Amino acid sequence: MKQEIIIAGFGGQGVLSMGKILAYSGVMQGLEVTWMPSYGPEMRGGTANVTVILSDRRISSPIVHEFDTAVVLNQQSMDKFEPQVKPGGILIYDPNGITRHPERKDISIYRIGATAHAAKAGNPRVFNMVVLGALIQVSPNVTLENAYKGLAKSLPERVHKTLPANEAAIRTGMELVETAQVVPGLATGEAPANAVIR
Amino acid sequence: MEEVRLMKGNEVLAEAAIRCGCDGYFGYPITPQSEVLETLMELKPWETTGMVVLQAESEIAAINMLYGGAATGKRVMTSSSSPGISLMSEGLSYLAGAELPCVVVNVQRGGPGLGTIQPSQSDYFQATKAPGHGGFRMIVLAPFSVQEMHDFVGLAFDLAFKYRTPVMILSDGVIGQMMEKVVLGPQQPRWTDEYIAETCMDWALTGKKGRGRNIVTSVDLDPNSHERFNLKLQAKYRNIEENEVRYETVRTDDAEYLLVAYGSAARIGEKVVEMAREEGYRLGLLRPVTLYPFPTGPIEVLSRQVKGILALEMSAGQLIEDVKLASQCRVPAYHYGRTGGVVPSPGEVYEAFKAHFPK
Repeated sequence: MKQEIIIAGFGGQGVLSMGKILAYSGVMQGLEVTWMPSYGPEMRGGTANVTVILSDRRISSPIVHEFDTAVVLNQQSMDKFEPQVKPGGILIYDPNGITRHPERKDISIYRIGATAHAAKAGNPRVFNMVVLGALIQVSPNVTLENAYKGLAKSLPERVHKTLPANEAAIRTGMELVETAQVVPGLATGEAPANAVIR
Repeated sequence: MEEVRLMKGNEVLAEAAIRCGCDGYFGYPITPQSEVLETLMELKPWETTGMVVLQAESEIAAINMLYGGAATGKRVMTSSSSPGISLMSEGLSYLAGAELPCVVVNVQRGGPGLGTIQPSQSDYFQATKAPGHGGFRMIVLAPFSVQEMHDFVGLAFDLAFKYRTPVMILSDGVIGQMMEKVVLGPQQPRWTDEYIAETCMDWALTGKKGRGRNIVTSVDLDPNSHERFNLKLQAKYRNIEENEVRYETVRTDDAEYLLVAYGSAARIGEKVVEMAREEGYRLGLLRPVTLYPFPTGPIEVLSRQVKGILALEMSAGQLIEDVKLASQCRVPAYHYGRTGGVVPSPGEVYEAFKAHFPK
């Protein structure tokens, strides 16, 4: 098993911490992992992305230019990373703020209304955990239990009182994710039960 | 079972320094290695091991603080990125001239000048040939993983004291910023004053009770005597070249072609080997772990086996010169690299390889 994942969005959306929690979940699962951020002048409002690789073998390059899975959280990231998903790969996106929806016919596409949910729930800080839930639903290379462990490992102890809210957000993401299209290929997960295949 | 943690290369440098019993860290923040100082400040080792952590007013001050600490036999360390390392050149030369041990980490970024903050490997010449004036050498270790960022701190201190020389860990923004699994070593005690006085008796300034006077200096105005000192340094370097070469090979046993790359480029190189093997190319990788001393012998041997060599480096071509010298240009050897902070993709390197060595 090897999954090369890009998570991309605005700085401040929790892209890097979502990647870290995913990577730590991989560690808890006994996998090899790498987490490589785009570091730079990005701040709140700029773009930020992180490459996470999960593998059951030694990982060579932490830097790759095509991905099994892309998690896209704004339009710039859609423009940049939709073309970089491997044929048969997975694209998960939050439709909020997306003006051009994905057009590829050769990849599986899922939507997660994480922004809308976080706004409705009045807790924007769990936005990224809703997205993580969507990812592990459609691509369950880490178990929910290990995701919880990865979450606890990633957050400093002084904020561990937020663990239940974050865990709930992961479960919400798993339930909310919608299937836009499924193609045969790299998709390692089952389409969610509520999937509407169009 | 040992605890496996997920950490950035830069954070691990800080943890490793504390755990291997470092006495003092002196540094000045610069991207992409600011997490070293940040992590040390968070961990507050002065409350546990007694290690001193100090943010100097500049890199020039930091390297001279190393000189002071090292002169007393303390295990001292700094880290910076390319422009900051240039500022340390004079101090490094003085440390080498005074035969003082210390550990200097360069988490390279793109140059020249202030350049960019993105990863680069364009300080290879600086690190391996002339870190400062006067014809000295430093042992240069090139980690290619977060675990090696950890392991090489202790190794660097061991080598620095074994040979009484500055040792550089030459990393880059990829390895510094990346998170991977790491197993941290146990906490080693710091050396006691008594231990230092005993083991560094010949040279360290520990108070001269019970021994003759030690003088730490790099100045010697008599050319004949200074030539004798230079010859002694050169003998030390030959000793290092003979005993401290470190390298790793991947699938070179049956290799028809050889990729040579260090640090983060070697990670990309490993992926290129995987891609090439899938298409039937018998490609292997040699990764120099010490850049000085350079694995000249192993490359010389492999150059008798392979049909061609590609040196991969995030520079306009520096490593390639040592590869050509080592292989004595017996087979065609080419360079591929990107500059200015651009990290090459495994795919583009593979295309370059195929263009040079078509089936």
